[in-house]
Amino acid sequence: MTTATPGDLAGRKDELPPVSTGPLMELLSMERPPPPGPLSASLAFGWRSMLKIKHIPEQLADVTVLPVMLVLMFTYLFGGALAGSPREYIQYLLPGVLVMSVVMTTMYTGIAINNDIDKGVLDRFRMLPVWQPSTLVGHLLGDVLRYSIASSVMLVAGLLIGFRPEGGVPGVVMGVLLLIVFAFAFSWVGTMFGLLVRDERTVIGASMTVIFPLNFLSDIFVDPQTMPGWLQKLVHNNPITHVASAVRGLMEGRSPGTDVLWTLGWSVALVVVFGSLTMKLYQRK
Amino acid sequence: MTEHTTSDLAIHAVGLVKSFGANRAVDGVDLTVRQGTVYGVLGPNGAGKTTSVKMLASLLRPDGGEARIFGHDVVRESDAVRRRVSLTGQYASLDQDLTGMENLVLLGRLTGHAKKGARHRAGQILETFGLVEAAGRQVKDYSGGMRRRLDIAASLLNAPDLLFLDEPTTGLDPRSRAQVWEIVRALVAQGRTVLLTTQYLDEVDQLASRIAVIDKGKVIAEGTKGELKASVGAGAVHLRLRDAVQRPEAEQVLALTLGAEVQREPDPLALTARIDNNSVNSNGDNNGDGDNGGDNGEGGAAGRASRALAELARRGIAVDSFSLGQPSLDEVFLALTDRKAEPAPSGARKEAAA
Repeated sequence: MTTATPGDLAGRKDELPPVSTGPLMELLSMERPPPPGPLSASLAFGWRSMLKIKHIPEQLADVTVLPVMLVLMFTYLFGGALAGSPREYIQYLLPGVLVMSVVMTTMYTGIAINNDIDKGVLDRFRMLPVWQPSTLVGHLLGDVLRYSIASSVMLVAGLLIGFRPEGGVPGVVMGVLLLIVFAFAFSWVGTMFGLLVRDERTVIGASMTVIFPLNFLSDIFVDPQTMPGWLQKLVHNNPITHVASAVRGLMEGRSPGTDVLWTLGWSVALVVVFGSLTMKLYQRK
Repeated sequence: MTEHTTSDLAIHAVGLVKSFGANRAVDGVDLTVRQGTVYGVLGPNGAGKTTSVKMLASLLRPDGGEARIFGHDVVRESDAVRRRVSLTGQYASLDQDLTGMENLVLLGRLTGHAKKGARHRAGQILETFGLVEAAGRQVKDYSGGMRRRLDIAASLLNAPDLLFLDEPTTGLDPRSRAQVWEIVRALVAQGRTVLLTTQYLDEVDQLASRIAVIDKGKVIAEGTKGELKASVGAGAVHLRLRDAVQRPEAEQVLALTLGAEVQREPDPLALTARIDNNSVNSNGDNNGDGDNGGDNGEGGAAGRASRALAELARRGIAVDSFSLGQPSLDEVFLALTDRKAEPAPSGARKEAAA
């Protein structure tokens, strides 16, 4: 961009016409409408998330390319050794990898909020006379779309290489819905980090430190029965294990009532604990 | 709108305090701003300007003191405050990924317009601010001047009665600065109130009717431009001699007739003397009557300066050029931030109340 000198008036790209005071008067003399309710405000912010996806579609790589890679990689890498063949292994693996990818995606809510603070947009939003958490809810609404895309893409990839869920369409849909509920709840961990730490990289670092062990110390890849007793205890009390078992159960056409209840319980607990921590941090900003 | 207050004050803040850890960023700031005026808050980087503005705009909760905007408490009635004010921060606070239009529609919906109304309003604003052509572009592709303009435009979306502009021209080229000034003038012409922070003195000189100078979290001076300038001195005499050899003698003459401190400039021919209102024509003894009128009459700056010229001529000291000027706000600012440990010389200055 060229910097202007007083003499440099010709052909400037960012030449702006003067502000017209007549229309300005009209602009200022409007009646202020009543402020929007929490729902409309959240939906407006959700619309913002959609627009961001529209403008930067490459950010969807995280919910398309990466998940497909994970499915292919783990299926062919471990399949033969763990289950006799990749085709047999994917029946066990796919619901788990689905959980893993979507939980990893929750990190982006925190990054998005951290960016809002960094760029100063959050200050503008906080100056609005609206229900304050609606900014965060808007981000989460956008993320629900992301989770749905990730899930669909992985399911298609899985079906292509031999995943045949016995629960059929209803089982798969219920599994995905349950996962999205959990991911929505789990996102509040990311939002907390997003408000807590200084920059984007630290948000990623902090989130990965939580997400990585949770994902691997679970029953996503293998049945915990071969693990040492102490580890089994850990794995069985890991929320990710409950979610993965519940999703797997639903997709296999069983009715994994206990695991579903555990998953819903964890979801409520996450929202209560990290949701309120996030709100507290948000109000303090 | 329909809210009415008994007073005509846009801002009334008393003893605002905000600390970040051990750092008292704002340390007892009082501000009173009348409706329909531009009020300038001047101070160097880190003086506490932004922190003060954020508290007044209900973005930051004060640790002490209280502030009312149109009679509404910024902490307890933040929603009422937010409906009537807008803030344009130092950095354009828009979503860089969205287009100009989308940003405005979003904010329109968030101020309570239905989708269609928000579109209409956004279009109206883009037109008023000459941004129609850029409406469909992502904000990150805007130039600095355009971005700032859109930012201010977005702040007018709710037709605010009070607009906070936090360093609105920092980093802008001269042309864009002038455009921001135009907008401010237009706003005040519509009876709106603007509180402007800046580190540029010419900006408050151009726009503000009253000024507060903030340094290290305290208001160190407050008043009209004239009051602030008068508080520092009636003006400065700049003298340029024909012969450098005569400079020491000329210096003596000036010191005697003006009763002021005389400075030697780097130029071996030049001298500068700052005339204090309160000093009289010999030996600097003080009449102490706080006369701010300054520039005419026996004790006035011009009178003293002409006596000095006459004395120089009588002694045969040839003068090449001579000027007497009001102090610039720059001089005021430097003088204030230098000498604020001393007691105030006139009514225009006040020490910040604790």
